[in-house]
Amino acid sequence: MIKNKSLVSITDFSKDEILRILELAADFEKNPHQPLLQGHIIASLFFEPSTRTRLSFETAMNRLGARVIGFSDVNATSTTKGETLKDTIKMVSNYADLIVMRHPLEGAARYASEQSRVPVVNAGDGANQHPSQTLLDMYSMMKTQGHLDHLKIAMVGDMKYGRTVHSLIQAMADFEPTFYFVSPDELKMPDEYKQFLDQRGIKYEEHKDMNAVLNEADILYMTRVQKERFADLMEYERVKNIYVLHNEMLANTKPNLKILHPLPRVNEISEDVDANPKAYYFQQAENGMYTRMAIIAAIMGVK
Amino acid sequence: MEKELKVSAIKDGTVIDRIPAENLFKVISILGLEHISNQITFGTNLESHKLGRKSIIKVSDKFFEGDEINKIALVAPQAKLNIIRNYEVVEKHTVDVPDEIVGYVKCMNPKCVTNHQPITTRFRVISKSPLAFRCHFCEKTTNENQMVII
Repeated sequence: MIKNKSLVSITDFSKDEILRILELAADFEKNPHQPLLQGHIIASLFFEPSTRTRLSFETAMNRLGARVIGFSDVNATSTTKGETLKDTIKMVSNYADLIVMRHPLEGAARYASEQSRVPVVNAGDGANQHPSQTLLDMYSMMKTQGHLDHLKIAMVGDMKYGRTVHSLIQAMADFEPTFYFVSPDELKMPDEYKQFLDQRGIKYEEHKDMNAVLNEADILYMTRVQKERFADLMEYERVKNIYVLHNEMLANTKPNLKILHPLPRVNEISEDVDANPKAYYFQQAENGMYTRMAIIAAIMGVK
Repeated sequence: MEKELKVSAIKDGTVIDRIPAENLFKVISILGLEHISNQITFGTNLESHKLGRKSIIKVSDKFFEGDEINKIALVAPQAKLNIIRNYEVVEKHTVDVPDEIVGYVKCMNPKCVTNHQPITTRFRVISKSPLAFRCHFCEKTTNENQMVII
């Protein structure tokens, strides 16, 4: 039962609950005009700036017919006067039927969900969790591949700090995928996730060169290699151009390959890829809105 | 031949033995012994076959209750407790690493919400030896050598 449940971490939802969300997302995509939440109020609390995620969530709320309250600039709130997160959440949960929040501190959403009288949806807590991103990634895979089982998923870029790749690994583990992790040494997949995969008996390979896996993959999940992650800037300069996808690299890839990226993209996908039908990152962002409609509708118990 | 006591005997109370010497003050802090008015004697850098150098604490008229004493298992997993009544050992206990650690250890993640807001820390122990525990809030793992007692 998803009704009244908070969504803080992707592991809060079972495989069946995830599949239910994906099914609802498809339903909302077919018919986006379903004002099921008229008369409801949803709080959108963005303690940290965000454009894509906030607009996607607020569009989803509006499409469902809910009224939206909240803030997107924490400087205009009592937080600047020293109000604790607990007090802000306690107050807002008296007003709204659901809280969607983003916060720069890790664990803030879990804490808020325990202080709130109404369910909390985590729209990102620092580098920790961003479950609606994971669900929209899964919806994009389901939609483009027709299923989620036994997919070969290549992930490229920052395997160490990238929260989207970590959450995706956890959620996809139920569908027996094969993973290819492609990254420089500095940004390799942390041991705790590799141990998790070993325990679940899931196959994975680690590579430094993405050309080694491109032609195998059903899904190519690109992430950004961020300069600030490198202690040694020389090393960053050396690797920054290695993890860039160009159109000609896609020549011999599988016909069903789709390229995903959580966005924003900087230079890791060259613009000449955009016109390739295998590029899917902009549709992926659109899928986010349907996925968020599904999450909200399921938690509010109207679907 | 009777062994000579390095720390004098108590009439009633609790003796905590087999504390690793380097963790004596952590044990004192975890149990809040610096805040009580009972008579406390301790010895440290005592020879021990098991630990090399150990510490021992004797607290007069104090009997720990329930899980309170298990807290020290994080820094003194081999600790042995002797309950003393009228100079006699009447009970012996060992300590066990608890499944959950609430309120006396800091999360090692500087971006964890518990390090910025007035929130009681909470961890689930994922490995007892070597010790590792996962934060209930930020989901990051803190291990033995990163552990800081609050």
